[in-house]
Amino acid sequence: MTAVKISDLSMTFGAGTPAQVNALDHVNADIAEGEFISLIGPSGCGKSTMLRLIGDLLEPTSGGVEVFGKPSAQARLDRDYGMVFQQAGLFDWRTVSANVELPLELMGHSKADRSTRSRQMLELVELGDFGKSYPWQLSGGMQQRVAIARALSFSPRLLLMDEPFGALDEMTRENMQTEVLRIHKELGTTIIFVTHSIAEAVFLSNRVIVLSPRPGRIHSIIDVELGRRDAAIRESAEFFKKTTEVREALRGIESGGIESGGIESGGIESGGIETGDPQ
Amino acid sequence: MTAVVAVAVVAGLWELYKVLGVNWPISSNDLTMPHATDIVGAFFEPAQRGGDPLAWFLVKSAFFTLREAALGFAMGTTIGLLLATVMMRSRIIERGLLPWINISQTIPLIALAPIVVTWGRTNGWGDTLSVALISTYLTFFPVAVNGLKGLQSPNPADIELMRSYASGWKDTLFKVRLPAARPFLFPAFKLAATLSVVGAIVGEISAGVRGGLGRSILDFATRYSTGPSKVYAAVIAAGLLGLFVFGVVTLAERALVKRPDSIETRAL
Repeated sequence: MTAVKISDLSMTFGAGTPAQVNALDHVNADIAEGEFISLIGPSGCGKSTMLRLIGDLLEPTSGGVEVFGKPSAQARLDRDYGMVFQQAGLFDWRTVSANVELPLELMGHSKADRSTRSRQMLELVELGDFGKSYPWQLSGGMQQRVAIARALSFSPRLLLMDEPFGALDEMTRENMQTEVLRIHKELGTTIIFVTHSIAEAVFLSNRVIVLSPRPGRIHSIIDVELGRRDAAIRESAEFFKKTTEVREALRGIESGGIESGGIESGGIESGGIETGDPQ
Repeated sequence: MTAVVAVAVVAGLWELYKVLGVNWPISSNDLTMPHATDIVGAFFEPAQRGGDPLAWFLVKSAFFTLREAALGFAMGTTIGLLLATVMMRSRIIERGLLPWINISQTIPLIALAPIVVTWGRTNGWGDTLSVALISTYLTFFPVAVNGLKGLQSPNPADIELMRSYASGWKDTLFKVRLPAARPFLFPAFKLAATLSVVGAIVGEISAGVRGGLGRSILDFATRYSTGPSKVYAAVIAAGLLGLFVFGVVTLAERALVKRPDSIETRAL
């Protein structure tokens, strides 16, 4: 079943003014239920805009988004998706578990149900002992896990993540990626993930959507089927091959055409074989 | 402890000025500047011939004024919060209303007070409400202005998050904007609390209301030459009342804002 169907989606900011920006230009995409999709591209390519349009946090200039077969506005009202931002955005005045319970509170769940679910969710993100702590007592990575627990607390079928690990250090980031993959596998939630990191996109995704800027368009969609995904796969030849493929696509955007990107890729591919050899 | 030392230092400087016999800019004779001990002593002398000691008289007056001030504070903060909410909800209302809110404070209170008192008397409100209204006029202002800033203080991402939960504006107001506004609101409440006392005293004087600190200050001032230390005592009583309401708001703040500002807890 299709989770998200993007049809002829365009978004123009400041239309008619000198500062007019074509953030997205007639974009089409289909995302299947259970898929893990990454959106990657240079700054200003409209990847965050695309995520916000899927979540009905912005109104498109034209075109539309369907989420689970209904207009995105309806999906938002039906609480079909959870959202995680780059900043954890936890509320200082609430304990960790009260933060996780916030969406449930808004949805009118009973107190008993809320505390059961928040406990389950905190265990899912391996913060079972921190329910009574306050957000400022946690590290950045732990805060981001709470944000994920909060987004998942009401069991949405779709998770929208906007550079969720962008502010974390490299090691924490890799641990968080493993966590998210485990959660994805356990819950079967469809995930759309905006990132700047090629390695992150390749490691996590079933498919990587590469966007090009001004106007924002889909440059290419790269299928990644890595099979088992653990620490070892990060050093494998197939992982390297896929990151190279994404990197080439991004270079192609930078140098203004796919052809020139293709020429550059020669050197990179031979590099790929070299590192692949010992494995 | 520091406060006690500070009071002692002020009293010491006061007496030093008198000992030095300086007559500029203020002459230091006992009429313009009674001895600190005389001012303290005045609290224990009868307020009127054969009446209660001045201290007790001033406590009763202060309590009378406190009731008006409390009513003014309650109405002022309510109106201030409502105005802040309305302005937060609509940019157009904010632009239309905010200049008038600012202008309101340039009108001298003593010009306004008799008008309000006259309204009250012709409509049969009673003077207490009139005085409280005058106090309201001062208290709503800091709450409205700081409250608006506070309600606008959450990150856009926080508001987006609430939108993603399909939260209505009321839920967003009570669960995000108001709690986030507390660091802005409490300084405004403290200011409003002390202003509510000022407003009540000015209101009492303008309306000629008997029983409060305003009337005491006025009465003692007209008989200044026969008992200068009583005026000083009444002024000190007004200051202490202001300090008291300030303290009450500070206690409320401690109870309602738990977040420690310490940096070290963040480093975990």
